[in-house]
Amino acid sequence: MASISSRRLAKELMEIKNDGCPVGINLVKADDFSTWWFTIQVMGESLYKNEQFTLQFRFDPQYPISSPAVQFVVTDGKEAPVHPHVYSNGHICASILGNEWSPVLSVIAVCVTLQSMLASCKEKQRPIDNDRYIKHAPENPKKTRFHYDDDT
Amino acid sequence: MSSDEEDYYMDSDDDMMDDVQDEDTSDIDMDDDDDDTDFGYDFKVGSGSKHKSYQVDYTSLSQPRVEQTMKEDVDHICGIFGVDAGTASLLLRNESWNKERLIEKYMDNTTKVLVDAGAAQPEFALVRPSTTARRSARSTSKLLSFKKSSNPTSSPEQPERIPSTSFTCPICFDDSPDLKQLALHCGHAACSGCWNAYVISKIRDEGEHCIRCMTEGCALVATDEFIHDLLVGPPGSPAPTAVTPIDPSADVHENAVAFNRFNQLLVRNFVSSNPNLKFCPFPGCTNTVECSLGSGKAVLTSVVPTVKCGARGIPQDTSDLKEGVSGKATFSSALGSSGPSGGGTSIHDKEHVFCFGCPIEGDHRPVVCAVAKMWMKKCEDDSETANWIKSNTKECSQCQSTIEKNGGCNHMTCKKCKYEFCWVCMGPWSEHGTAWYSCNRYDEKGSIDARDAQSRSRASLERYLHYYNRWANHEQSAKLSLDLYLKTEKKMEDLQLTSSLTWIEVQFMRRAVDVLLSCRTTLKWTYAMGYYLARGNEKDLFEDNQRDLEKAVEDLSELLEGPMPTEVDAAAGSGSGEGGGGGGQGGQGSISELRQKVTDKTVYVQKRNEIVLDDTAQGFLDGRWRWNTSIDGFEDPADEIRVD
Ligand SMILES: [Zn+2]
Ligand SMILES: [Zn+2]
Ligand SMILES: [Zn+2]
Ligand SMILES: [Zn+2]
Ligand SMILES: [Zn+2]
Ligand SMILES: [Zn+2]
Repeated sequence: MASISSRRLAKELMEIKNDGCPVGINLVKADDFSTWWFTIQVMGESLYKNEQFTLQFRFDPQYPISSPAVQFVVTDGKEAPVHPHVYSNGHICASILGNEWSPVLSVIAVCVTLQSMLASCKEKQRPIDNDRYIKHAPENPKKTRFHYDDDT
Repeated sequence: MSSDEEDYYMDSDDDMMDDVQDEDTSDIDMDDDDDDTDFGYDFKVGSGSKHKSYQVDYTSLSQPRVEQTMKEDVDHICGIFGVDAGTASLLLRNESWNKERLIEKYMDNTTKVLVDAGAAQPEFALVRPSTTARRSARSTSKLLSFKKSSNPTSSPEQPERIPSTSFTCPICFDDSPDLKQLALHCGHAACSGCWNAYVISKIRDEGEHCIRCMTEGCALVATDEFIHDLLVGPPGSPAPTAVTPIDPSADVHENAVAFNRFNQLLVRNFVSSNPNLKFCPFPGCTNTVECSLGSGKAVLTSVVPTVKCGARGIPQDTSDLKEGVSGKATFSSALGSSGPSGGGTSIHDKEHVFCFGCPIEGDHRPVVCAVAKMWMKKCEDDSETANWIKSNTKECSQCQSTIEKNGGCNHMTCKKCKYEFCWVCMGPWSEHGTAWYSCNRYDEKGSIDARDAQSRSRASLERYLHYYNRWANHEQSAKLSLDLYLKTEKKMEDLQLTSSLTWIEVQFMRRAVDVLLSCRTTLKWTYAMGYYLARGNEKDLFEDNQRDLEKAVEDLSELLEGPMPTEVDAAAGSGSGEGGGGGGQGGQGSISELRQKVTDKTVYVQKRNEIVLDDTAQGFLDGRWRWNTSIDGFEDPADEIRVD
């Protein structure tokens, strides 16, 4: 029997290929059921006009019971958006990826949520504890217990 | 949403089966078989006798006993609110088991209380779930609806509203015809496999007992009954004791472990919300201690609430429950425990002794929590400086050959030059028996004379090392004594076979070692106390008592590590002490002689220990102790007696 995660990801991938991604989101690479990449752009007027970011999803066999490890790619000249909830190493402090994760959420749902998180940004700045955090940050953002102070 | 949803929730008055597991609900028997090895502070439950100055009243509770209390609270709430047990449990958990506050809030705004606790969805909560009379503890199991979607004939009482046509699980997208679907009463269905994986991951990986519906934005929390039925099987399964998870492919063992853990999480939640309860910190242990210390923290400056949970060692059957319970090392493996042997408890199955007032595991009497914590912190900060002290080898101060300590006794004899000395201070042993010599007392003169910063910091380090050295040594000696005893134990049992001595009669060694270990614990902590005690008359008297106990302990230790008689009435013969232990006595006496000596010494050591514990405890109650530094809860010392 295929694991829950591979059947589920196969289904998500099929939907993406059949129906396409929402505007501003594009699948870059999904060759297996362990790591996927998307590009993400904010449509319309926003602080991130004309910027494009790359999102990386890593799945463990417990997906979707456990959340995917999601971060912005910061290698090969790519950068993480300057945002109060995005660290310069690409880690994202978003409750939806932590304690608010729900197994009914999907990869696309996460992309859309992050897209609107960027769209509603009022001021481009790093989290106040950025320097401290990236010095000791674990490789996998899921290992960090973020404190979600607001839900913007 | 619609009324059929409501029916779905309310349709639960059948199924009155109450199969609460028939567990032993009796209290733990505190009457250990070896009461006499304790110092009278093995307080007996319910005896109500007046305890000593260094004891507190407490009760040990087994997990089933705590569960019984929880159930009484749940029943109480069911009775008042007319809700089912699952709902009552959720309400209580959300209100930290404060019944009075819950009742008040519930009367004030029922909807809000139900929604906040995850017992109802906002739109359902308008309907008070009290139209039926009190329900049985099982009634909510109908909240959990499941069916085989392929087999429309299977069970007629299934809720009609779940269409029997194809169901695709929204989590895993499985659409096999024999898929079982489950939902809380919100109706957000998923397959049994997904529910099973989700609930196990919440319990095992996150230690969570409030398990919300899997659907985003739905704040409904799974009831205890839902978890029970999902993991170990709904009531009425073929064999009530067998684990029959709803999900056919679930790992039965994993489910049983997770359900166990879930119950433990509920108990822990209950215990942690009651200041008079504390969960036993020993790995794998599920007992709770109840102790009413009275008004908060202040009492901890005068009392050391040392308690025992009533259990010993590490429960064997929890080896696979340990993961996630605690990352602490287990001591049974360190001592090569093989569990209780031959009817009695084994000496390395330590009793679970801990402090009710602070996180220190073990007995830190006679020193109060604040001082003990400061000392532990100090030791941690200075661990590198002091590491060398823990080494098992030192150089003979006379001939410089390496000497290894292989017992708990501090009376050392150099194998090479026969120099007899004290392991702790390296001074000649001959002086230790004399009245004017005190190995335990630190000569403060050095630090008083020190004028410049450098020599002051040196003096301060020396002072710390004096206390730390003795602290660490008692810990090490206790361990070495136990190691040595374990070797002797076998001999003693052989002796029983070849002589007329009974099993009881050969237990004197074990009793002595038990006493020795406890007294070394007392001594250990007296050095933490001594480090912070301000100089003066009171400290001198304290150190006199400390010295007398230490002397008695070392004498007993030496006696225990001397050569063993090999026969019951062997004539006194030759035989010299081993390198580490046994100088003094030399020859072998008869077993009965040894027994008499050991027993007498043990009684004396117990008496000295009681004096230290009682006098120190009395001093705390009287507010007699003065400190040389600021200690939480105590008056700050005058500048002239500060030692920083
Ligand atoms: Zn499923
Ligand atoms: Zn729901
Ligand atoms: Zn215990
Ligand atoms: Zn304490
Ligand atoms: Zn020597
Ligand atoms: Zn000495």
